[in-house]
Amino acid sequence: MKRYIARRLMQGVVLLCMVGTIVFFLGRLTGNPVDLMMPEDATAEDRAALIQTLGLDGPILDQFAIFVGRAIQGDLGTSIRMRQPAVEAFFDRLPNTLVLLPWAILLAMLLGIPLGVVAAVNRGSFLDRAAGTVAVLGIAMPSFWLGILLIFVFSVELGWLPSGRMGGPAHYVLPVITLAAFLVAGFMRITRSAMLEVMESEFVKLARIKGLSEGVVIWKHCLRNALIPVLTLWGVFIGNLITGAIVTETVFAWPGIGRLTYEAVIYRDFPLLQAVIILKSILILSINLGVDILYAYVDPRIRLA
Amino acid sequence: MAIADPPRRLSLWRLVWPARVPGGFRRTARVPWIPIAIISVIVVMALFAPLLAPYSPIDQTLRDKLLPPAWLAGGSDRYFLGTDAFGRDILSRLIHGARISLIVALLALTAGGGVGLLVGIVAGYLGGAVDSVLMRLVDAAFAFPAILFALLLAVTMGQGLGTLVIAISLLLWASFARLIRGEVLSLRQRDFVALARVRGCSAPRIMLTHILPNVFNTFMVLVTLNIGVVIIAEATLSFLGAGIPPPTPSWGLMISEGRGRIADAWWVALIPGIAITLMVLAVNLFGDWLRDRLDPRLRQL
Repeated sequence: MKRYIARRLMQGVVLLCMVGTIVFFLGRLTGNPVDLMMPEDATAEDRAALIQTLGLDGPILDQFAIFVGRAIQGDLGTSIRMRQPAVEAFFDRLPNTLVLLPWAILLAMLLGIPLGVVAAVNRGSFLDRAAGTVAVLGIAMPSFWLGILLIFVFSVELGWLPSGRMGGPAHYVLPVITLAAFLVAGFMRITRSAMLEVMESEFVKLARIKGLSEGVVIWKHCLRNALIPVLTLWGVFIGNLITGAIVTETVFAWPGIGRLTYEAVIYRDFPLLQAVIILKSILILSINLGVDILYAYVDPRIRLA
Repeated sequence: MAIADPPRRLSLWRLVWPARVPGGFRRTARVPWIPIAIISVIVVMALFAPLLAPYSPIDQTLRDKLLPPAWLAGGSDRYFLGTDAFGRDILSRLIHGARISLIVALLALTAGGGVGLLVGIVAGYLGGAVDSVLMRLVDAAFAFPAILFALLLAVTMGQGLGTLVIAISLLLWASFARLIRGEVLSLRQRDFVALARVRGCSAPRIMLTHILPNVFNTFMVLVTLNIGVVIIAEATLSFLGAGIPPPTPSWGLMISEGRGRIADAWWVALIPGIAITLMVLAVNLFGDWLRDRLDPRLRQL
């Protein structure tokens, strides 16, 4: 178990180094990094100071060393637009995103898993096809458009729900639905195929032979085992959610890290974007790691693989 | 899991009018005519955009701004789907936007899919150290959301078709590589590959003439199933201001431009979204059918 955790931790660190390296070299690749990292109206002294601190007049490898050294100390530059350390800006916004994500996952699971079970049990029937259509539709609609559609229907036309910004429980409804929509399909498909596999197994036959009711067999014996592969995909879904939050928070003016990413792109705020990408990678990698360790703990089969 | 069939020559005719398999699944045989019709319409729109579009997609007629679609009160017969905030005809922009979507899809799938195909074949056939290095790269690409890199590219390299295609290719290659490699691993064990090796064929030659033709079906299915992914990615990046720069009409950009006017001019943002949803739905349903016909082993995806 310890060796497994150590190995996964190493992989995470290697990945993070790759991300950092790519971000660094992309920033230097195109012309003058000073222009990327300073506002247009920066004074000559400011520019000189930046060149001094980042060693921009030195060889590129020295610059890289300085970048890594500062990054390890938690300094990823200053946001051009907000004139605030980029790392600080990220952590200011992070809680707002974190309060949104669990609801989206919960909603997606509450819809996706039962749909998957129903589809698997009625394989090939009308219900299966209907569930499949719902899933395909969830993928086919771009989530930013779905968000706008929801705003149009529920805020503009019906006036039931607020169209954006943070606030009371009502403010959560539309963003959570938008975020959950494209995960529902994922949960449904995986549940369906996992269920189909489990339903073939010996212990399910035994449960049936024992005379257990079909409901108990499906929802207790099958689903519990089918949930393992479903939950393993959490890690992937977290990555999807964190990127999905970019468009959702943009549409709903939700002041989280997704919206921050959008602002960094729109205002061409390179230091901020660089920080956001590195910190999001750390976030995604550590959640993935946590989830994987949890499974290895719960299901010994994974540890050995 | 199905028992491996002997390789069968597929005639185009059989694709459209499949043989009835005894006890088989009739549903998989049904040709998805509606998706095919939708795809055809969009492809024709893209190919003949300048001939079909009633107006220029870019020229502004501010006098006619924000007119609703023709069937609504206040709509004008001249603009069937209405106009946007600059008085540009939405139908014309939609028709030209199809072109952008398909060009990006074509280029990104060629580049990303091609790299994935190459990596998959090389890793799967050569195995060993090459395989482990390449597959670590694939794992890395999977662990990290490519959309963030796409945004980074747009900021550092500037917006444009080239950046967009590179960004979307980065999103695609890893899944192609992983699936193709799996396929190649099982092909490598087959007798005809062993025979080729005994005859003294070089590794590149075997990969090119023996492996490649046999993974081509899988590749085509993957390409089809990923058209939707590319269209959504293009729209999303354009929406976020990291795709095709304005005023070129892209469906995602059109939605983004209409977003602020949802209260008084919903058609500007909602109509292009309907086009995206229809297109993606159609290619996905078509892709599902193609997969069932050509490569049922990919079913679990």
